[in-house]
Amino acid sequence: MFRRLKPQGQKIQIFFDDQEIEAIEGENLAAALLAADVTHFRSNPVSKQPRAPYCMMGACFECLVEIDGQSKQACMIEATVGLKVGTLKDISGVDDE
Amino acid sequence: MGSDYAIVGGGIVGLSVAYGLLNLGETVTIFDEGDLAFRASRGNFGLVWVQGKGMKQPAYAKWSRNSAALWKGYAQELEEATGQTLSLQQDGGYGYHLTEESLEQEIKDYTWLKEQLGGDYPFEVLRLNELKKEEPNVGTNFAGAVYHPEDGHVNSLQLFRALAKEVRRKGAKLVTSVTIQKVETAASGFRLTDDSGKVYESEKLVLSAGLGSMKLGPLLGFKAPIRPQRGQVMITEKIPKLMNRPSDTLRQVNEGGVQIGASAEEVDLDDRETPATLAKLAREAIQIFPDLAHVKTVRSWSALRIMSPDGLPIYQESLTCPGAFLVTCHSGITLSAAHARLLPLWMEGSHTAPELDPFGEDRFNV
Amino acid sequence: MNNYDIIVVGAGPAGVSAALEMSQAGAKVLLLDEQSSPGGQIYRSITKTSPELLSALGPSYSEGASLVNKLAPSKVHYQPCATVWQFGDDGILLYSVDGQVTQATGKHVILATGALERPVPIPGWTLPGVMTAGAAQILLKSSGVVPEQAVLAGSGPLLYLLATQLIRAGSPPKALVETQTTSDFIAALRFLPRTFAAWKMMAKGLDLMREIKKAGVPRYKSARDLTAIGTTQVKALTFEAKGIKHKLDCDSLLLHQGVVPNTQISRSLRLEHRWNKRQACFHPFTNGVGLTTNDTYSIIGDGRAIGGAHVAVLEGQNTGAFVAASFGFQVDPDRVFKLLKILEKERAIRPFLDRLYQPPKEILTPKDETVVCRCEEVSAVDIRDYAKIGCLGPNQTKAFGRSGMGPCQGRCCGLTVTEILASENKLSQQEVGSYRIRSPIKPVTLGEIAQADDDN
Repeated sequence: MFRRLKPQGQKIQIFFDDQEIEAIEGENLAAALLAADVTHFRSNPVSKQPRAPYCMMGACFECLVEIDGQSKQACMIEATVGLKVGTLKDISGVDDE
Repeated sequence: MGSDYAIVGGGIVGLSVAYGLLNLGETVTIFDEGDLAFRASRGNFGLVWVQGKGMKQPAYAKWSRNSAALWKGYAQELEEATGQTLSLQQDGGYGYHLTEESLEQEIKDYTWLKEQLGGDYPFEVLRLNELKKEEPNVGTNFAGAVYHPEDGHVNSLQLFRALAKEVRRKGAKLVTSVTIQKVETAASGFRLTDDSGKVYESEKLVLSAGLGSMKLGPLLGFKAPIRPQRGQVMITEKIPKLMNRPSDTLRQVNEGGVQIGASAEEVDLDDRETPATLAKLAREAIQIFPDLAHVKTVRSWSALRIMSPDGLPIYQESLTCPGAFLVTCHSGITLSAAHARLLPLWMEGSHTAPELDPFGEDRFNV
Repeated sequence: MNNYDIIVVGAGPAGVSAALEMSQAGAKVLLLDEQSSPGGQIYRSITKTSPELLSALGPSYSEGASLVNKLAPSKVHYQPCATVWQFGDDGILLYSVDGQVTQATGKHVILATGALERPVPIPGWTLPGVMTAGAAQILLKSSGVVPEQAVLAGSGPLLYLLATQLIRAGSPPKALVETQTTSDFIAALRFLPRTFAAWKMMAKGLDLMREIKKAGVPRYKSARDLTAIGTTQVKALTFEAKGIKHKLDCDSLLLHQGVVPNTQISRSLRLEHRWNKRQACFHPFTNGVGLTTNDTYSIIGDGRAIGGAHVAVLEGQNTGAFVAASFGFQVDPDRVFKLLKILEKERAIRPFLDRLYQPPKEILTPKDETVVCRCEEVSAVDIRDYAKIGCLGPNQTKAFGRSGMGPCQGRCCGLTVTEILASENKLSQQEVGSYRIRSPIKPVTLGEIAQADDDN
């Protein structure tokens, strides 16, 4: 769905939900995930529907992922060697009394 | 022609009273301001709360407990009528204490209150190890909590929407985007004039205008000795369940966000947020739930509480203009059930009305 | 310690040129930017782009290098990766870099935070694979990543530019679906200035269209009823054009309806804003040199009013020169006035573009079932229902149903909520107003909030 043109720079490995993904060092993380055919970045916490990057400029928060136990915008982060990225924890269960 | 009741102020207090009056078969017209009005209802903490209420005035403790006890049936009725869940949870709440001294003081105060109420005031003291069993995610760097089994919380936005919907459905007239400038008695009751000069009439009048009552109250013979008190709060992104029960400073709402509050500042009509105060709230929250340090804050906001000199609600029928009622408080959510169920009985002069003398304005006579 | 003469927020063309202007005049300037390299969105990653990519992106992109490259050798204190999340009336800012909070004070603050793409709420726009045209351009600029089998839909010059960029990059779009109509064009013509610059711009536009035609990319005009189809991923776009229903399969759908000023910061400062009918958005109210209703703050570039990169550079120089001079730094006294004259000419084409690419009604006030607030999944019909039970303004919609309360803080739904309430309550957009924005301007951790202190 998304294709990387001639890769410039060092190829590295990163992880998305423990799956190994190839990326280019220093490239935009959201771009790296899209180029690796990741289509489902997070689920909307209200509707549970899949979401993926919409604006790529830090405004829409659709590309939120978890890094080091924190939610972060993938479009605002660069890929680094061995970066561990995950989908946000499911919040269902908060509302289950 | 006018309604039986004109209700000046369409916040949670006004809507709750309106809902109750409509249930008694009265007709009501609700007057509400525009989008940028000072709205205490918007800044609430969603607590249905008994703890800490009336520490020096047992009648207020009792009134809050009454309302808390009415909440379940009240919520059910609104939910059934509107199909809108209110996410009410009433299985106790905490008052966290960062230091041993503040916890000890609190225990002393509650012991006194319990004596005043003839022993009928349930609370428990939870030191960290006991608290940990109930709230596994608390930290280790604070004193503990007072647990009150009757405390709880509700989704106040859902409550607001349910009330707004239901009073409409029950036939309330809503006049929005107006500021009532003048209220006076007329041959058949009251005459209200809005900021565009338009005139409305009603038989009786409820002043639930929050800070607006400061100006309108004296026109009807009320003292209305109220002042704004700023409260700043924050809400985080939605996270997996972190806490089981609410406290007066921290609660996880049913949608997943954690609400953190609240400051109490005497800053007149300034409803802006300030970084130093938010920082203090954040530090205290992290001290109790250390995991919060890594959680994103999505919003802060601040609103103005409506405070009386002693912090208690004011319920007063005008001595000079009978049929006009002043209703003001800073616990509109907790008291919503009592305002809907009991205040209308008092307004209608029913013999089943509750004893509200301790909340009258003559307590301000020195 | 962190005291500056002037703090500039945003390192796009406006911010960079303002910072350079003032620094050259001798002012101590801090330039804060959220991205990792300067250039803003228009010149994003320009200091890092490969020659092949540069040629695909074309001259409107590569021309940015000459400006941005001046930043490194200058005396401007440039801080990338900085999220500024608190703006004080008095010029005291709080910003985070990698979780560390710093307080900085400027005697004056220039906001150059640019534009956001106008929200394009159509049914299905929340599906993965649907993104803005600008997003696709950023993917290309920042990482050399292109969408395949993409349909471009909406209106605005960016659509043609992106289409040609994708063609040159070897991944031509499947189709261009345009919402503007012939009557838009006719109505716009009377705003066309009779200047050489205007004809040059028209000629440039025609070149782009020729390139698109040559590549065999089909164009559909006067498209209505745009709907993104799919369940977990966009599969197709359906629409109606000239009475015929179309369904175009696609792997990605790139939407665009122009850009609007990003007013999050100016709103948080409670500056005066005015509804601009022509651009169908709010503008912070500024005087001729960009000063706002708070003397400590100016606004330049697309965050002030949409004018594009050239106007942004000129406004940066103009406001930069004015502010530097007002703090006593050496500036050629005629410079501010000369720049104002050039600006007037540069802006002359705007009314034509604004009218030509005016967003259609179905985008401004979307159909009932369309999601408006993407974060909290509030639909247009919900907002209409709130209006029916007394909701007058956007701040009340929060209480009525959570719209604008998610992590994007109203960036994606603010304008739509204002438009719907205006139409339902029969009020002007100005009367309806907009969300009240409060700190933090972007979500930061509680740990970061906790670092803000009086003695910081």
